[in-house]
Amino acid sequence: MIQGHGIARHALQRLLGVIPTMLLLITVVFFLIRVAPGGPFDSEKALPPEIQANLEAKYHLDEPLLQQYFRYLGQIIVLDFGPSFQYKDWTVNELIAEGFPVSLTVGGLAMLLAFVVGTLIGITAALKQNTPVDYGTMGFAMLGISIPNFVVAPMLILLFAVYAGWLPAGGWDWSLQRMVLPVVTLALPVIAYIARLTRGSMIEVLHSNFIRTARAKGLPERDVIRRHALKPALLPVISFMGPATAGLITGSVVIERIYAIPGLGSYFVTGALNRDYTLVMGVVVFYGLLIILMNFLVDMLYAWLNPKIRYDEES
Amino acid sequence: MTKKADISIVEERSLDPFEAAMGLGDVKGRSPWEDAWHRLLKNRAAVISAMVMAGMLLLVITGPWVLPWEADFTDWDHTSAPPSLETGHWFGTDAVGRDILVRTLEGGRISLLVGLVATLVSLLIGVTYGSIAGFYGGMTDRVMMRIVDIIYALPFMFFVILLMVVFGRNIILIFVAIGAVNWLDMARIVRGQTLSLKNMEFVEAAEACGVRRMDIIRRHIVPNLLGVVMVYVTLTIPQVILVESFLSFLGLGVQEPMSSWGALVNDGAQDMESAPWTLIFPAFFLSVTLYCFNYIGDGLRDALDPKDRL
Amino acid sequence: MSALLEVKDLRVSFDTPEGEVHAVSGIEFRLDAGDALAIVGESGSGKTQSMMALMGLLAENGHASGQALYKGQDLMEMTAHELNRHRGRDIAMIFQDPMTSLNPYMNIEKQMTEVVMHHQGLHHREARAHAIEMLRAVRIPDPEQRIRQYPHEFSGGMRQRVMVAMGLLCEPDILIADEPTTALDVTVQAQITQLMAELRRQSNTAIVLITHDLGVVAGLCDRVLVMYAGEVVEYGTVDQIYYEPRHPYTRGLLDSVPRLDHVEDQELHAIPGNPPNLLALPSGCNFRERCVHAFDACHQKPALRDVGDGHFSRCHLDQEA
Repeated sequence: MIQGHGIARHALQRLLGVIPTMLLLITVVFFLIRVAPGGPFDSEKALPPEIQANLEAKYHLDEPLLQQYFRYLGQIIVLDFGPSFQYKDWTVNELIAEGFPVSLTVGGLAMLLAFVVGTLIGITAALKQNTPVDYGTMGFAMLGISIPNFVVAPMLILLFAVYAGWLPAGGWDWSLQRMVLPVVTLALPVIAYIARLTRGSMIEVLHSNFIRTARAKGLPERDVIRRHALKPALLPVISFMGPATAGLITGSVVIERIYAIPGLGSYFVTGALNRDYTLVMGVVVFYGLLIILMNFLVDMLYAWLNPKIRYDEES
Repeated sequence: MTKKADISIVEERSLDPFEAAMGLGDVKGRSPWEDAWHRLLKNRAAVISAMVMAGMLLLVITGPWVLPWEADFTDWDHTSAPPSLETGHWFGTDAVGRDILVRTLEGGRISLLVGLVATLVSLLIGVTYGSIAGFYGGMTDRVMMRIVDIIYALPFMFFVILLMVVFGRNIILIFVAIGAVNWLDMARIVRGQTLSLKNMEFVEAAEACGVRRMDIIRRHIVPNLLGVVMVYVTLTIPQVILVESFLSFLGLGVQEPMSSWGALVNDGAQDMESAPWTLIFPAFFLSVTLYCFNYIGDGLRDALDPKDRL
Repeated sequence: MSALLEVKDLRVSFDTPEGEVHAVSGIEFRLDAGDALAIVGESGSGKTQSMMALMGLLAENGHASGQALYKGQDLMEMTAHELNRHRGRDIAMIFQDPMTSLNPYMNIEKQMTEVVMHHQGLHHREARAHAIEMLRAVRIPDPEQRIRQYPHEFSGGMRQRVMVAMGLLCEPDILIADEPTTALDVTVQAQITQLMAELRRQSNTAIVLITHDLGVVAGLCDRVLVMYAGEVVEYGTVDQIYYEPRHPYTRGLLDSVPRLDHVEDQELHAIPGNPPNLLALPSGCNFRERCVHAFDACHQKPALRDVGDGHFSRCHLDQEA
């Protein structure tokens, strides 16, 4: 059937496109961190040269750069990120396994929140275009994308943790209470962006000819919106989920810092500051893979929802 | 009110019947730039934002000259003092007695400077890249845009952090690093615009006259890109300031004694329970700046192409 | 006998930054069951907006006044909610560009069945069967399969047939067709017009055909309303308009239709000038500045006059009649 053919082909094309991106990512990160002045063991007290040499041999740091590179590539393919330089008894894989579930929870919840709240706000604003409701919500949305999360976070902490005492100021123990502030802070700019995006998209759709036809058919307005306008209006929002993931990952670096959450983002920052090569590379490659995967999934979802792509051989 | 065209008036101005039927001379025409300017002026949010930004710029540049304190002057009599008019510390002081108002204004100088310079870097790279891709089209364009797509997919913040860690906190590097990761949007927009401009007749005319390709790009295409470029410059500035403040917040931005708003917010956040004013003022200035730039950018975008309204 | 549709002094204007644009300045007509009326004019003549006003589909900055009595009830006074009882069920409207007028994100079945399910309370299965029958009636091949397809999988002509089918699903009393054939090529135009004529015969549906193409009118309609700059300038039966056009504009329109027996070296006839700027209408007759017969009296606005047998014309030349 044409249906299956179109989508499978599309998927394959996208998958192939992923490989050069990943390659570029790994290569750039690898050479960048190797170029850094100072090695991974410099911060510790001066070691006797033989021990230094042994350490370097163990971590293959004495090999020519190119050889190290290909060795690393080989490891990546089997998803082995190597041992951490900083946390001596841990491998990077183990560290990622520790930190990622935390980041995933916070990030995933933030994404969900952003999508649901953002689209609701955006649709409301669109339906009440040019009324105070519209201006008000869009004003707030603009605030949301303008105020950085590291400004909002302390404010929220002051308000809810210090003055009101309702929520804890930070830390992590998988309890719902400790999740609220970080998730909300992380989600805010995304909610704002999605609200604006949805509003614009909905307004545009509501001016389309096919909406005029739907009204001419005598359908009640709520059916017109629900059945005819909603899906096309939300398509750009779905497309945005890919970049949104990247944004959430970026934001998590700061959020985890402020709220003292032991997620992957904080591992990254510590690793960067301590020149833990493998950890840093591991996190970047891992997150890079995640973003690419997300973009791929979003692409597929979009293609499935948009019949013009689904049924065409060409995208 | 519009005048009605009478036969008598038609004869006076010697409009021929064709022009009269067209209604020319009745309704004043406007050039697209005038149109855009009018639309922009009607956007109250954008106008107010522009005025606020102008004020901010003035404050930030002249403020530190006028105020009695220097940014690194430590007033040991008034450490962690709340804002008050009597002590002369209108925004209060931080834990070591430095005046917050002066620090905020000087922080503004740094943040805005980074914003402008990094945007300039972004602009140069983006416009060059985009106009070349759009102008040459074909395979060149496809390859160049593919590269953009690939880079777009990468978590650039991580790269900037890496760069800062690797090369140290050099302010020139900050300009370049931030600019270098933000040129993608600009490149895409410029490329799109170039593509549509390229197909317009006046370019064909120039080519027919034998003008060299680089010259066509320089003299015909680039001036016409002014509109979109202006919009995206205004939208890039807040993004860049945001990235810089992120870095500063993480401790990776400009080095002491220079201090940007991000660093000030970081400092303030640490003392926020005991001395919230150390957080609030820089945070407020930063937020207002970003807010206003976003509105101005939005306004410009609406003014130049209402269809793109988000 | 009460008319199916009586339109009286219908006016439409739009608020624009440059001022108020009077798109329609008072049109009137009467439609009985089974009638076929053509509303003819250039773009900007107000023909589409008058019907949009009737259907409650005007843009937000539009205002309409006057009366549109459907079986005695004034459509202009109804809220959208009240209008929905009639839209799609008693009065259907189909539009010019079938690609953008059909929802590209929904398959044909959904778009069609929702009409009957809503207005006639049918269950999905019955609605589907009904829709398939309708598609068959408009000669869509293999309707059982094609009904599950999406609009972009149909050709332009077929899409328009689908629109016609969709419009007639509830067997409306009136079908308003806004330039249904303009976006199609000539052979397909003929097919669609023929289709509408047939369906009209079968179900006695009244048709209002909005068009700028006089060629299409002859095959389908009984009467013609000619509009210019928002006003009715001529009104009569097809024969009266085609063989005895009174208004210079109508004559111009007829003359500018290219003919098969056109002589080679003769120029194509066109009406000189352009439609007037609706923000700044000339004083007197709207057509004065393009009219080759204009004379002194034309500085006064002419009234719509009966020139015999229900044939009306808005022109000072008819004073002599």
